[in-house]
Amino acid sequence: MAGPVCLNAVETRQSGRTSGRRATGLALAVARFLVIAITTYLGLLAVTFFIGRVIPIDPALAVLGDRALPSVVERTRREMGLDLPLIQQFYLYIKNALSGDFGNSVLTTNPVMTDLRRAFPATIELATLGTLIGSVIGVPLGVLAAVRRGSLTDQFVRVIGLLGYSIPIFWLGLLALVLFYAKLQWVAYPGRIDIVYEYSFTPVTGFYLLDSAMQGQWDVFRDVARHIILPASLLGYFSLAYISRMTRSFMLNELTQEYIVAARAKGLSETRIIWGHALRNAAVPLVTVIALSYAGLLEGSVLTETVFSWPGIGLYITNSLQNADMNAVLGGTILIGSVFIGINLLSDLLYRVLDPRTKAA
Amino acid sequence: MMMQRLAAHSRSLLAGAALSAVLLAGPAFAVTPADTLVEGFAIDDIITMDPGEAFELSTAEVTGNTYDLLVRLDLDDTSKVKGDLAESWTVSDDGLTYTFKLKTGMKFASGNPITAEDVAYSFERAVKLDKSPAFILSQFGLNGDNVAEKAKATDETTFVFTVDKPYAPSFVLNCLSATVASVVDKKLVLEHVKPMTPSADYKYDNDFGNEWLKTGYAGSGPYKLREWRANEVVVMERNENYHGDKAKLARVIYRHMKESSGQRLALEAGDIDVARNLEPNDYDAVSKNTELATTSAPKGTVYYISLNQKNPNLAKPEVRQALKYLVDYDALGSTILKGIGEIHQTFLPKGVLGELDENPFKLDVAKAKELLEKAGLKDGFSVTMDVRNNQPVTGMAESFQQTAGQAGVKVEIIPGDGKQTLTKYRARNHDIYIGQWGQDYFDPNSNAQTFASNPDNSDAGKVATLAWRNAWDIPELSKETEAALVEKDSAKRAALYQELQKKVLDTSPFIIIHQQLEVAGLRGNVKGLKLGPSFDTNFVWGITKE
Repeated sequence: MAGPVCLNAVETRQSGRTSGRRATGLALAVARFLVIAITTYLGLLAVTFFIGRVIPIDPALAVLGDRALPSVVERTRREMGLDLPLIQQFYLYIKNALSGDFGNSVLTTNPVMTDLRRAFPATIELATLGTLIGSVIGVPLGVLAAVRRGSLTDQFVRVIGLLGYSIPIFWLGLLALVLFYAKLQWVAYPGRIDIVYEYSFTPVTGFYLLDSAMQGQWDVFRDVARHIILPASLLGYFSLAYISRMTRSFMLNELTQEYIVAARAKGLSETRIIWGHALRNAAVPLVTVIALSYAGLLEGSVLTETVFSWPGIGLYITNSLQNADMNAVLGGTILIGSVFIGINLLSDLLYRVLDPRTKAA
Repeated sequence: MMMQRLAAHSRSLLAGAALSAVLLAGPAFAVTPADTLVEGFAIDDIITMDPGEAFELSTAEVTGNTYDLLVRLDLDDTSKVKGDLAESWTVSDDGLTYTFKLKTGMKFASGNPITAEDVAYSFERAVKLDKSPAFILSQFGLNGDNVAEKAKATDETTFVFTVDKPYAPSFVLNCLSATVASVVDKKLVLEHVKPMTPSADYKYDNDFGNEWLKTGYAGSGPYKLREWRANEVVVMERNENYHGDKAKLARVIYRHMKESSGQRLALEAGDIDVARNLEPNDYDAVSKNTELATTSAPKGTVYYISLNQKNPNLAKPEVRQALKYLVDYDALGSTILKGIGEIHQTFLPKGVLGELDENPFKLDVAKAKELLEKAGLKDGFSVTMDVRNNQPVTGMAESFQQTAGQAGVKVEIIPGDGKQTLTKYRARNHDIYIGQWGQDYFDPNSNAQTFASNPDNSDAGKVATLAWRNAWDIPELSKETEAALVEKDSAKRAALYQELQKKVLDTSPFIIIHQQLEVAGLRGNVKGLKLGPSFDTNFVWGITKE
């Protein structure tokens, strides 16, 4: 009687110890992640802040313009706190930021957070649609290219990819505008929405496609779609180029593996082997590629946003930077930093879900 | 799993394709609403809509259409002003007191009556806020302590303005036609003031509604401001309470469009009615299109190259002269400035009192070489030039670099972002600078002061005129500029400015090249669009659409 009980107790103790170890392991991982995230943020802020202060642009002048009197410039510098030592300026900024106050943008006069809440959905909407287009077309193209390696199809996909990757996107954007907007009139002109709907449509989430569909305003939806389709396709083409190349190389790698030979020996159909086995394994690294390309687009593609007058995050930050509007630049940097950290985390998680080996470990 | 996901994706792809097919079917020619004028306009310079603070060109157009002034520039003869809110005015014999009589029965867009009290408050808040354009008023001896006394309402319709010297009345009145003197609705503004803590820099306990007016509106113009969203849009709507002829169109929308080519495409497609920032090639294409029309007007902005006198080579009078012969004015005028600029070498733009139409300089390499030899620089010299990376200055700088090189002057161009180049220029750290100068207000003194006056050339100089920025020490000319301010006789005053311009033309470190022509491309059905001589006189209330 005593033996088994004793054994059980030992077992229990042992399993308790392992789960305890696991818990500490998890806590450690979380702590490590937090430390990394916080230092990343601090580093990001410090670098942006000090670069912003050492660039040879006087932020006060950016607010006041060319014709302001020196006395007004001096006073404005004091009002903006630019006469304080840099370290103190940085400390004040961090202090305010921690309490949720990221300051006001001098260019738009709004609180930076209000501006970002306006600009970011525009970028997300565009980037999501772009990535969707890029993956839905890019992955199958890459698979085809890998399967028919060296064939005409492969060459064709390669040319498409190279073009997408090497043609400057603003040039392509302008050409596309001339063709699809000016000549064919298939799509709407630059901007997010037609001026006619300026006051008949109230966005809720900031994602216009979603908003107009939810409100049942189908004429607005149609208009928004006509505006977004061209820039989204361009971004989609750009990420397609990258995604299809990466898919191809991942697939080539998988197709030489022994399990493929084994599957063929089993007599599985080629379709099943390629789409069911090879791609499924290639999907693991592919998710990271797509996630990173998505994160890249979320950063706001400045050139696309400029050509298409898209009021997104890239245009906002570039404009702010050129005017030494540092509150806006810092706020934008924090946002983009968060997006990157978030997407990295997410793709790590997806990795775990998709790759059974990571579960065992 | 991936298979299913892919399948799901391809379904949505199909749905998407079907959807686009629906969307793209039947492309109708775009038309803007009949009662609305849509302008494509680069409005990214707007940072505030408060007339007491705004000093940017695009803002001037909006405030010019949405606010009223005591007096306005007379567009039939721009050397004069005419009454706007003021019915009449008198100047006292000693030239110090200006008494304005307001028209009666006028209302703000809010419905509040317009009284002399509103005028006094507008002057008070502009002077006390002391933002960039405040000097246009405070140069008459106004400050926070005395403004209530010097700009006051003596009854409902009488406003009295007292200046510190017997200035030329034309000068005083011209300054009062500037945006900063716009009349705001006191009652409405007072509802929106924000309490402030008085400090050494700011002595008042409230912000005079500045924060609210940055995006708000409290005016009485033909249009009222409905909304400004930075880098996106400005929307103006007809003010039904306007005291004069009502605006023809119900709505005017300025849509932010940065690129000339984008504006042209949108104009051709009919998505905008007016394109405001066309570059020469696009402007040319628009003017050849039978469905479109163009218009242009000289603006009070001159483009110049300036030579920092801190550079020992550039400080030599012969070198200054020589460089004036090394600009290919004709070639510039017929190429990169075609349609957007007129060669103009004197500092007062056309249309201003005292303008002088003399362009003595031509490209003359031999003469320039001769002058350089006289200066002891037979083999030329090397020098840097700060250039903002936008047009037309980049093209002009490249042309100058090439022609100067013919006489052995090696110009190294330092391209820079606008704000960066400007910071350097204002600190007097440049050799050669190329830029433009727009009048602060429509009076000869504005440009005379900046090009021909430098009361204190020390690095601590308080008045950063262009002469100061280029370290041009000119005590004599500074006095002459000041003297022209108190010449009461307009004809004599004009003659004084012509004299000044000749001297600056001859000896200054300024190579003034051209006066800006503002251009616009418009759809054929837009009638009555007339660009004004200044940015705050680009009036839109007379525009109709057929």
